[in-house]
Amino acid sequence: MINQIQSLGHKGLDFFQRLGRAHILIVDILKGLPVLLLRPGLIVQQIFSVGVLSLIIIVVSGFFVGMVMGLQGYNTLVDFGAEESLGVMVALSLVRELGPVVTALLFAGRAGSALTAEIGLMKATEQLSAMEMMAVDPVQRVLAPRFLAGFISMPLLAAMFSAVGVLGGFFVGVGLLGVDDGAYWSQMQSSVDIYDDIYNGVIKSLVFGFVVTWIAVFEGYDAIPTSEGVSRATTRTVVHSSLAVLGLDFILTALMFN
Amino acid sequence: MTTRIAEIWVGLFVAGGIAALFMLAMKVSNLSTYSSDSGYDVTAYFEDISGLKVRSPVTMSGVRIGRVKAISFDKQRLSALVTMEIEGEYDTLPDDSSASIYTAGLLGEKYIGLEPGAGSNDCEEFSLDDSGEIKIEETKNTDCKPSTLHQGSEIKLTQDSLVLEKLIGQFISKFLDDDKNKKEPAK
Amino acid sequence: MDENKTLVKVRDLKFARGGRMIFDGVDLDIQRGKITVIMGPSGTGKTTLLRLIGRQLKPLEGSIIVDGEEVTTLGHRQLYELRKRMGMLFQNGALLTDLSVFENVAYPIREHTNLSDELIRTLVLMKLQAVGLRGARDLMPAELSGGMARRVALARAIALDPMMIMYDEPFTGQDPISMGVLVRLIRNLNDALGLTSVVVSHDIEEASSIADYIYLLSGGKVVAHGTTEDLANSDSEWAQQFMNGKPDGPVPFHYQAPPYAADLKID
Ligand SMILES: Nc1ncnc2c1ncn2[C@@H]1O[C@H](COP(=O)(O)OP(=O)(O)OP(=O)(O)O)[C@@H](O)[C@H]1O
Ligand SMILES: [Mg+2]
Repeated sequence: MINQIQSLGHKGLDFFQRLGRAHILIVDILKGLPVLLLRPGLIVQQIFSVGVLSLIIIVVSGFFVGMVMGLQGYNTLVDFGAEESLGVMVALSLVRELGPVVTALLFAGRAGSALTAEIGLMKATEQLSAMEMMAVDPVQRVLAPRFLAGFISMPLLAAMFSAVGVLGGFFVGVGLLGVDDGAYWSQMQSSVDIYDDIYNGVIKSLVFGFVVTWIAVFEGYDAIPTSEGVSRATTRTVVHSSLAVLGLDFILTALMFN
Repeated sequence: MTTRIAEIWVGLFVAGGIAALFMLAMKVSNLSTYSSDSGYDVTAYFEDISGLKVRSPVTMSGVRIGRVKAISFDKQRLSALVTMEIEGEYDTLPDDSSASIYTAGLLGEKYIGLEPGAGSNDCEEFSLDDSGEIKIEETKNTDCKPSTLHQGSEIKLTQDSLVLEKLIGQFISKFLDDDKNKKEPAK
Repeated sequence: MDENKTLVKVRDLKFARGGRMIFDGVDLDIQRGKITVIMGPSGTGKTTLLRLIGRQLKPLEGSIIVDGEEVTTLGHRQLYELRKRMGMLFQNGALLTDLSVFENVAYPIREHTNLSDELIRTLVLMKLQAVGLRGARDLMPAELSGGMARRVALARAIALDPMMIMYDEPFTGQDPISMGVLVRLIRNLNDALGLTSVVVSHDIEEASSIADYIYLLSGGKVVAHGTTEDLANSDSEWAQQFMNGKPDGPVPFHYQAPPYAADLKID
């Protein structure tokens, strides 16, 4: 009994220590950003590995999600004779929720885990130590560009996800099921608001981008420098960032749409 | 060389992302219906606006000419005060136009439809002449124009939203009455 | 001792890891322009000592002064300035795995100078030539053997011509020929460029052949120090055991543990 309480306390302390380290790290990263802007080459390189390489999975998933929504939405709406509103349904769910959230989840799995593994292995093989001894600060040289690249890539990926999803819905709804072409777009335009929906969706994906890359970069940097430590850190990145995304989504939705 | 390829890809990626944002803004959302030069505000009182929302369309002859800017409740008049923003280019709407709340389709969105009035103007003067007949005279005022809706004007003639529940309620009670009337003579 | 001739001055150094004292009051002086060899049984904390000097770790107590600066309290910026003047060769090389051999050696130059590509190429090829790997410049680290990787790391450590280089076991994994080359290289770098070298090594023969001064570490303390002759002629048991590689003596072969019999549950 006492032991259990103690282990609980230990875990709690551990958690707060990690949280503290994560905050110190993000402050260091943010401090490094202005210097980083002088070396755009580093950022471009990272946007390539974080953003461009995630493109395929995002675009393909977006198209399929849009198609499924087209199908499901049509089947529901046709009962009410309201299949003209298919565009509204597809667009609103994508722009407000599915775009930012699913993109962030896929991003955590595709890019976040890769970031953690890469940084963790660099730590395990002493590459980060070697950089420090070469008077190169790994936080600024390795972590900051990756963080910035994730933060920039996420909203772009989410926008592409939503846009492709709307096209997927169009393909199924208009192309296959015969919803009126004009109605699909015009109903959508009259119900989707630039500020309420699009802008808020972009804000969401910016927040998710910040949090997911922060977690990924921190887990890698904080990993125990062994193969097991890195593999655990990678798992933690995916689990923690998924939970963080879903939790934050609820909070943001409550703040934005009420 | 490899950095070059990476740079090209990143360029395409960023361009694609921005294009997607642009498409969401222009094709998916209502940004294209926001006019650049702001229009003028017109108010109207309705007894019942249920279903109408801020940013619902305001149309005339089926063409969108503005949108609902604000909805509030007037405590004195105990009715809803709707402020509409009409786009600046539509500056020739007669000031006795009427506003009704319609529904697009059976379950669709509510919108406000304006119908142009005859256009009252101050160009004519009414007076009773000696024989007691109404005499209409053109005023000498040369710069008289038909008066139009402008910033702050109020649309007096309004018709409320058709509420489906009320309609069904009326229909049912009428149906029941008919039923009763039919049964009564049989007794 | 002349203060100016001491580059690194360690006083009363204490450091613990996982609740175990690794250093318990170590005093050490490293002379400018000399090769100082640090020897000691595996696991005594030789690597840890180098990391403490480079301030990758912070000591519990004590002071470490490098080139007149107290590294234990140095601010971030000054620390990085100081590190530019230090080179370190890691025990396993620690090459950046996503860069080729050439780019690895060029890395510190690119990071800290604005030299033209032309000049960088010349510099890098010179350093690679010195370690005999000019032909391997296009290989990736994964394609190198352990010994080659360490030599590339050495080329990288000397890329910026630092004032001091710390070598963590430079000789392990080298064949006799490259070992000889390395010994000469370290000697030459030291004498020609006026570097200060700190070499951690187990290899008594090689180490004593280049050492100007030797420190023997064991059990968290300096147990003996002196020039090679001093130690060879010393009647200190520690020195005798280590210099002659005897299994018995004050230096324990085993990591601290409960009695063997108790561990095996033999009564
Ligand atoms: N991260 C760590 N956590 C806890 N203890 C550690 C850690 N790293 C090293 N140690 C301990 O510190 C001691 C010194 O390690 P160090 O690597 O400095 O030894 P070394 O003298 O370089 O040995 P070798 O000659 O085998 O390289 C070891 O006993 C080891 O158990
Ligand atoms: Mg070691």
